[in-house]
Amino acid sequence: MAQLTYRDAVARAITQEMEHDPNVVFLGEDVGGAGGVFKATVGLLERFGPERVRDTPISEQAILGAAMGAAMTGLRPIAEIMFADFFAVCWDLVANQIAKSSYMTAGQVSFPLVIRSGNGGGLRFGAQHSQSVENWAMAVPGLKVVAPSNPTDVIGLFAAAVRDPDPVMFFEHKGLYSSKGEVPDGEIVDTLGSAKVLRPGGDATIVALAAMVPRAVAAAATLAERGIDAGVIDVRSLVPLDTQTILREVSATGRLFTVEENPRLCGWGAELVSIVAEECFNYLDGPPLRITTPHIPLPSADALEDMAIPSIERIVTTIERAMQS
Amino acid sequence: MTSTLDEPAAPAGPPGIDPATLHRPEGSVDVPIQLALFRQMVRMRKFETRAYDLFMENLVKGTSHLSLGQEAIAAAFGEAMEEGDYTFATYRGHAHTLARGSSMTGVMGELLGRSCGVLSGKGGSMHLTDVQRGVMGSYAIVGAHLTIALGAAWSAQYKGERRVAVAFFGDGTTNIGAFHESLNLAAVWKLPVVFVCENNMYMEYTPIGAVTAVANPAADRASAYGLDSILVDGNDADAMYLTAREALDRARNGGGPSLIEARTYRSSGHSRADPGTYRPDAEVAAWKAYDPIVLYRSRLVARGVREADLDAIEETADGDVETATVNAKASPAPGADVLMRDVWADGGSSWRN
Ligand SMILES: Cc1ncc(C[n+]2csc(CCOP(=O)(O)OP(=O)(O)O)c2C)c(N)n1
Ligand SMILES: [Mg+2]
Repeated sequence: MAQLTYRDAVARAITQEMEHDPNVVFLGEDVGGAGGVFKATVGLLERFGPERVRDTPISEQAILGAAMGAAMTGLRPIAEIMFADFFAVCWDLVANQIAKSSYMTAGQVSFPLVIRSGNGGGLRFGAQHSQSVENWAMAVPGLKVVAPSNPTDVIGLFAAAVRDPDPVMFFEHKGLYSSKGEVPDGEIVDTLGSAKVLRPGGDATIVALAAMVPRAVAAAATLAERGIDAGVIDVRSLVPLDTQTILREVSATGRLFTVEENPRLCGWGAELVSIVAEECFNYLDGPPLRITTPHIPLPSADALEDMAIPSIERIVTTIERAMQS
Repeated sequence: MTSTLDEPAAPAGPPGIDPATLHRPEGSVDVPIQLALFRQMVRMRKFETRAYDLFMENLVKGTSHLSLGQEAIAAAFGEAMEEGDYTFATYRGHAHTLARGSSMTGVMGELLGRSCGVLSGKGGSMHLTDVQRGVMGSYAIVGAHLTIALGAAWSAQYKGERRVAVAFFGDGTTNIGAFHESLNLAAVWKLPVVFVCENNMYMEYTPIGAVTAVANPAADRASAYGLDSILVDGNDADAMYLTAREALDRARNGGGPSLIEARTYRSSGHSRADPGTYRPDAEVAAWKAYDPIVLYRSRLVARGVREADLDAIEETADGDVETATVNAKASPAPGADVLMRDVWADGGSSWRN
């Protein structure tokens, strides 16, 4: 066991996988010599050399195209898109090419690749460097979508993503890079599509993702002091989605609350609510409720951004009010 | 496609192009390779002529983009490439797929949306892929596959394999960002990749000159990436073949990427049943008189190849096209079993437990 930041967990995860398989290569802007703009890839160039850790020009389409072409010819590339907002300039490669080519070719090609990216807000970067875009990816058939909330999951889920034979969008949360956690020693390999019950609860189930997970856990602690026993599930992976764990917990508590950083419309929580409504409606004691960022671009000023993204306090009051009514 | 008797004599070079600007590769092409090139072109021409007829009969649905008139380019690369090399084609990729030896029945079946299709009917005319023959896909979003070819070349370089990736694309593609990103990265990483611009003078319905800052959309951009400017007669199968060999050898031997601009013309419309009326009659006529197959046939005959041998190649191709058509028509429509398959590498499509 060691205390590790989420940021250092990224470097450890990539190191683990590059040591595990010589076909794993890594490319992106400023990832090598500079160690990444978030310092999440420090030391990799020195350790693995410029053949395996490749600095690229500002060419997001070329980065993802190169990853795709390499994956279809025997390598297991890891590509970094610095900020998830930048997916908007290379979405063709993600949504049209990487996601669809296995299906379109009747399985002639597959894409064992991982695209990792700094996702999410809270850093006062404004509307073009703060978005949570995991639901863009979730909306496209053919992509697996993962968003870890803590250093151990960064390593375990990343390893699972690299070893998976399909393309995985790996969303690291920028606001979590400096957070710390206890991480076991040795190799860590988790499984995609497994949600984690972080806290069992008798009265309500809170389902959260990435940076909303620690907030949901803190909110549950406050709610407990106020007599509401709320459980917390970390979804971890949107595709594949562990609906069984969620349906089981929600059926037991009768209440579902999602906590989503994404803007309101078509967030992952909407899909969860619809699954719960279709499949365990009779167990519900009240309407499922979504706690999200309003349907606005994210503002820059700290005062404004803090009002937009679900806070511990908003989670607590929303759930408290709903449970009282 | 039938030629008329009062056709003008074939011009000495591609219409409207100063011959002095054209790349003249060194060396000559032996007769056996010339026969192979002729056979390739004839197969492509006859296959696509049939595909057009089947489109008009509503047996080929959706869309189809023919490369009638542009065959020398795909044929030359088909002959010049080696077995392990990678082809990245566009939606106009029937010829490039056949050039690597894909079965006509598989390609025809795909156009008709039948089970025998090379993609089981899931890709269609614009996405022909035959990985076993090195056809790594046909891509329908302009420019994307140039970046994907980078990756195939990178993996060959990384693994120390002597493979080359070749990406074919049109003149219009030189104006999209992916083209420039690809050229730059290929040059910086010295990747074994050959970019082949088939300049047929139109991006869909717009003349390329009207939307491009330079006269030669690919060749004039080469210097920006430290590459040689190569403008070649894309209707001359020998010049194309020798140019392809040069670029492939260079890439295979660690010399990095090449960008080739092949001047050509599509004798049919952009897609479907487009009559191509936006093109001046004189231009169409001049290029029709510079048809790559007609030219090549007379060249081979002048070199002493017997007409009967060339006729036999044509007859065999006719037979192959007919067989492919019969097979494809007889093949059933794909069943529900393939609908939900192959989203994932395990063959499935499940997104939840
Ligand atoms: C990104 C993108 N924009 C537009 C189109 C529509 N489109 C399909 S083919 C084409 C023309 C391409 O011209 P060119 O590169 O010269 O190739 P050609 O069709 O002449 O072979 C266009 C605009 C597309 N498929 N992708
Ligand atoms: Mg064109």
